[in-house]
Amino acid sequence: MELTINGEVKVLVESKLTVVQLLSSENVKSPDMVSVQLNGEFVERAKFSETTIKSGDELDFLYFMGGGR
Amino acid sequence: MLKMKKDVYDDMITHAKDGFPLEVCGYLGEKDGIVSLICKMQNTDESNEHFTFDPAEQFEVVKKIRKDGHRASVVYHSHPETPSRPSEEDIRLAYDPNVSYIIVSLAESKPVVKSFRIKNLSVTLEEIEIV
Repeated sequence: MELTINGEVKVLVESKLTVVQLLSSENVKSPDMVSVQLNGEFVERAKFSETTIKSGDELDFLYFMGGGR
Repeated sequence: MLKMKKDVYDDMITHAKDGFPLEVCGYLGEKDGIVSLICKMQNTDESNEHFTFDPAEQFEVVKKIRKDGHRASVVYHSHPETPSRPSEEDIRLAYDPNVSYIIVSLAESKPVVKSFRIKNLSVTLEEIEIV
């Protein structure tokens, strides 16, 4: 399937993936520390493993950004 | 090596000074190997000791940076009263291995700006070249 991931078009061999599977394929080591938007809508972290991505979808993910002192 | 336009470098320092005594933060955008765009972000912590990006603003800004043909390749924040080095918390929370982390310190009479790559809790200093 063809997806747009963080603005880049990618072709994946899988025809269906969950958000958590896609993050894994993108080498995201800490999925609990990323925010995800699927077609511009936030996906709740608790639903990463049950939210399915289909061809043509646009998925964006960003890592938590913070720090201190 | 991080190549950066002087106006972006200066804007970053001005942002840190204007926000003092609070920490300020933001993204820098890179195009053709040169950091040439600054996007100031809200520090949702509004704190002298911490900063946190708001995820909704993060997506909005990163998408705008992309639309402008840049890549959000640098995250900067200020240390109003501590040196320009990643704190333990900065290192622990540096989850994104694909960006440079800049710290603008106002602890001395003259601002100190340093860039770091942080991956798997390991910190590497990165030289900044003003172009």
